[in-house]
Amino acid sequence: MDEKFDAIVIGAGPSGNAAAYTMAKAGLKVLQIERGEYPGSKNVQGAILYSKALEEIIPDFREDAPLERHLIEQQMWVLDDESYIGTTYRSAEFNQEPYNRYTIIRAQFDKWFSKRVQEAGALLVCETTVTNLLMDGNRVIGVQTDRENGAIYADVVVLADGVNSLLAKKAGFHAELEPKDVALAVKEIHFLPEETIQSRFNIGEGEGVVIEMAGKITQGMMGTGFLYTNKDSLTIGVGCMLSDFKQQKITPYELLEKMKAHPAIKPLLAGGEMKEYTAHLIPEGGYKAMPKLFGEGWMIVGDAGMFVNAVHREGSNLAMTTGRYAAEAVIDLKEKKLPMTAANLARYQGRLEDSFVMKDMKKYKNMPEIFHKNNHFFTTYPELLNRAAHTMLTVDGVDKKSKEREIRKSFKQRRSLFGLMGDAFKMWRAFE
Amino acid sequence: MHIVVCIKQVPDSAQIRVHPVTNTIMRQGVPAIVNPYDLFSLEEALRLKDEYGGRVTVLSMGPPQAEAALRKAISFGADDAILVTDRAFAGSDTLATSFALASAIQKIHEDMPVDIVFAGKQTIDGDTAQVGPGIAKRMDLQLLTYVSSITDLDLENREITLHRRAEGGVQVLKTSLPCLITMLEGTNEMRFATLPNMFRAARYPLKQWDKDAAGITDVSKIGLKGSPTIVSKVFAPQPKTIPAEIIDCESKQPKDLAVTLLAKMFTKFPNLHEDIAKANA
Amino acid sequence: MSEETEKDAPKKPAGRRKFELDPRLASYKGVWVFVEHERGVAHTVSWELMGEGRKLADKLGVPLAGVVMGAPGIQTRRFCEEAFHYGADLCYLMEDPLMADYRNQPFTKGLTDLVNAYQPEILLLGATTLGRDLAGSVATTLQTGLTADCTELNIDMENRSLAATRPTFGGSLLCTIVTLNYRPQMATVRPRVMSLPKPDMTRTGSIVEHALGMTESEIVTKVLEYIPDNLQGKPQLPFADIIVAGGRGMKRPENFQLIWDLAKVLGAEVGATRPIVQAGWVELDRQVGQSGKTVRPKLYIAAGISGAIQHRVGMDASDVIIAINSDPNAPIFDFATYGIVGNAMTILPALTEAFRQQLATLKVAV
Repeated sequence: MDEKFDAIVIGAGPSGNAAAYTMAKAGLKVLQIERGEYPGSKNVQGAILYSKALEEIIPDFREDAPLERHLIEQQMWVLDDESYIGTTYRSAEFNQEPYNRYTIIRAQFDKWFSKRVQEAGALLVCETTVTNLLMDGNRVIGVQTDRENGAIYADVVVLADGVNSLLAKKAGFHAELEPKDVALAVKEIHFLPEETIQSRFNIGEGEGVVIEMAGKITQGMMGTGFLYTNKDSLTIGVGCMLSDFKQQKITPYELLEKMKAHPAIKPLLAGGEMKEYTAHLIPEGGYKAMPKLFGEGWMIVGDAGMFVNAVHREGSNLAMTTGRYAAEAVIDLKEKKLPMTAANLARYQGRLEDSFVMKDMKKYKNMPEIFHKNNHFFTTYPELLNRAAHTMLTVDGVDKKSKEREIRKSFKQRRSLFGLMGDAFKMWRAFE
Repeated sequence: MHIVVCIKQVPDSAQIRVHPVTNTIMRQGVPAIVNPYDLFSLEEALRLKDEYGGRVTVLSMGPPQAEAALRKAISFGADDAILVTDRAFAGSDTLATSFALASAIQKIHEDMPVDIVFAGKQTIDGDTAQVGPGIAKRMDLQLLTYVSSITDLDLENREITLHRRAEGGVQVLKTSLPCLITMLEGTNEMRFATLPNMFRAARYPLKQWDKDAAGITDVSKIGLKGSPTIVSKVFAPQPKTIPAEIIDCESKQPKDLAVTLLAKMFTKFPNLHEDIAKANA
Repeated sequence: MSEETEKDAPKKPAGRRKFELDPRLASYKGVWVFVEHERGVAHTVSWELMGEGRKLADKLGVPLAGVVMGAPGIQTRRFCEEAFHYGADLCYLMEDPLMADYRNQPFTKGLTDLVNAYQPEILLLGATTLGRDLAGSVATTLQTGLTADCTELNIDMENRSLAATRPTFGGSLLCTIVTLNYRPQMATVRPRVMSLPKPDMTRTGSIVEHALGMTESEIVTKVLEYIPDNLQGKPQLPFADIIVAGGRGMKRPENFQLIWDLAKVLGAEVGATRPIVQAGWVELDRQVGQSGKTVRPKLYIAAGISGAIQHRVGMDASDVIIAINSDPNAPIFDFATYGIVGNAMTILPALTEAFRQQLATLKVAV
């Protein structure tokens, strides 16, 4: 086709929408290409939305965005086979507007975001797959789609096509993903009446709870489970590294079934109707697995760039922020009438480095490795912690001091004192 | 040649869920699609246009969101799209719907004479198969339902020859234009839209007609008033639950399970022996 | 293309409203069943409907009539006799050479004229290609209400109206539809949904003849040819006595061969769920369920089928249902006769072998 755009954004998830919206709003001629039937069609599951990242793109998003519940309580559970030990943090502060975190259903949220993108003036084409990047030497000049007359040109192409970005791989921008760098999360949505959710989780209308879980639920594999409250449904899921699934010969589905049968979790889901089972890849390789983020006429944003903070389960906020930064780089260059060369697009990386995005990515850069090499974080510790709690709480005539001694002993038996200290050191380094 | 294709946006019935407590349809997250049966009619219309020239206008009645279905039709190659949308249509049954659509087609016809109207065989949400015949009767068009192929179109003599599926065979029919055709499923395959048509669909200035624009003056014929049928009750199916007798045996081996099952079944239902023998004959 | 979707929110319950029938409609009396026939054979759905019509007529205390339209000859008279055997009190007979083949125009005019002349309160047709074509047309010319694909017909005695229950949204919900101030109240029912009554060969009735009053020159559409289906090798699910069906649990198209193997031993037809048909593993004619065929065999073997409502409505009238599924919580175990919890890929061959041996001993015994 003869038509030329200022920018082509590939993908209509949070990062692609953020990029397309920001550029279209600034008056650029933007084409957005989405593979799915419509934005959000591949995303039926629930998720957590961090307000700030979206607020900086659409300040008044709360007025009409499909938000489920704002979170007022965060729980952390460490699970053993039959029990769990946990912490709860609940604060009245979380109930003060503007709220900081919300649960969302991605299918609806992505659709809403996309509507705003189109209203801002971007042209959206769905059910269309970009098969190749069109190159002039080493410069990206457009994209080839799978449709007849499917070549289309632009000054810059923003790759927001998600984890396992085939395009980036094809173009040689990044290498094949390694199973150790990707987590597989499986999620289900269980529908329950609004009032049941509120009484079951001790929350009011519009208020929500998130429960993070670790421990035996993941069968000694690296990963975590989670449960969020939506308006009239619960999102429950478990995520583990792809490499572990391969090794342990357990299917994600079996894992989730086991988790749902856990005596602490089962009653929370009771009476619900399961609607949707989805599996989703999450890039969790962290900073060390990140590809090159920009080049001649192209940039990578969101999951495609491994922008996920596995420790804090942050993905969509990083996605939206990277999308915005990439867009701002293009807007800046357009204003200054500068070409979209690698040298000029380097300002995108600069913005990332100066922001929380890269700082966080770097801070946790060793986490994936630590967990990979030390699977006792997910097996031995949960068991020991739960047993310790059990020992302390059982009234059986043994004094507390002896109990503590016993607990210490059990920890040492399973893991040497040296090992324990090493673990503490590793964790401290990682979180420092 | 001018062809009008009637389409409907429907919730994807494969993904419909009923709220377990309130017994209402949960539309949340259920994608809206073009009624799959309509696509066979649309594709056939586009093929006729490819072969004989002319224009294809797509027409739909529904809420404003139904414009997505019409844009989809544009992306496949339809020339124009009209959405008939008005609150006054709410609650229309098939009789009222066919009245409204027939009025709109009449209006289109006044602008540019219509030769063939296509409609879907039926919808996947209503499943009534009544609107196509209803339009034909109101407009005095020759009605040709369950058409499996159009073998000849003679525009000069305004005649069309086609195959129509009957219960025990196929009728080869010849009739005159104007006519209304509903295509049988599986008779063709919808084309893949070109990128330029995708752009055209996204940018197409869709026409929205309210009841006045559609030429409807008699409001007693549309909406609830114009609908003889009244839904008196909506309820979730409460099929009776008589749990199956689960076959089990000590070895749990497939072979033993199968033998156990057959022994039990033929004892309780001895007539099955004869039925199987008969089926095998 | 119907606007039925607009109706999923229940409106005011009709039954509770004070209802007075328009006095001009009071003369509409009696229940009619359209007797469908093609190439000299009456469609079984007509007799299934006759059984239902009998119940409705008895409840209302009115006569039940068959409507037979076709070319003059002994066949139309024979259909009237059959209609009496299946419960009709009388038959309206319209004979004309123009109606040798089904064509919408003369049939619509003929049935419209009959209704206007003899005024039935209820008119039932089979939901076949012919029945749907004709019913949709006649409901429009008569400007009355038509409810398609009913699964249950009843009389609301409070206002003597027909309460027609049908699935909607692909079977996820049922709705009951009434046509209060319009006559006749029309409904179609799919073949095999209602059971076939036992004919009473001693029953007789009267015949009322009525002329079509049309000439060939008035009819625009001509039948050039009729190509009867070659039934050899064509699936005939609705009338099969034994069906072996597979669902998504069969996992791979090549596994479906196990279904065919068992079907071959049993002399059974092969059925499938919608996803299987959509994936193209078997042809469309084999789809059982809401959007496919309704079946009522003596034995239905369901392998890897979860038993979702969309499938269930098409097969739960089967006499004996054997369900094989690896998920013990699959809904099919709530209504099957026998269940085997296990892998269909290993159970099916074992079952095939067991049936084979059973049948062999049987032959020896005979």
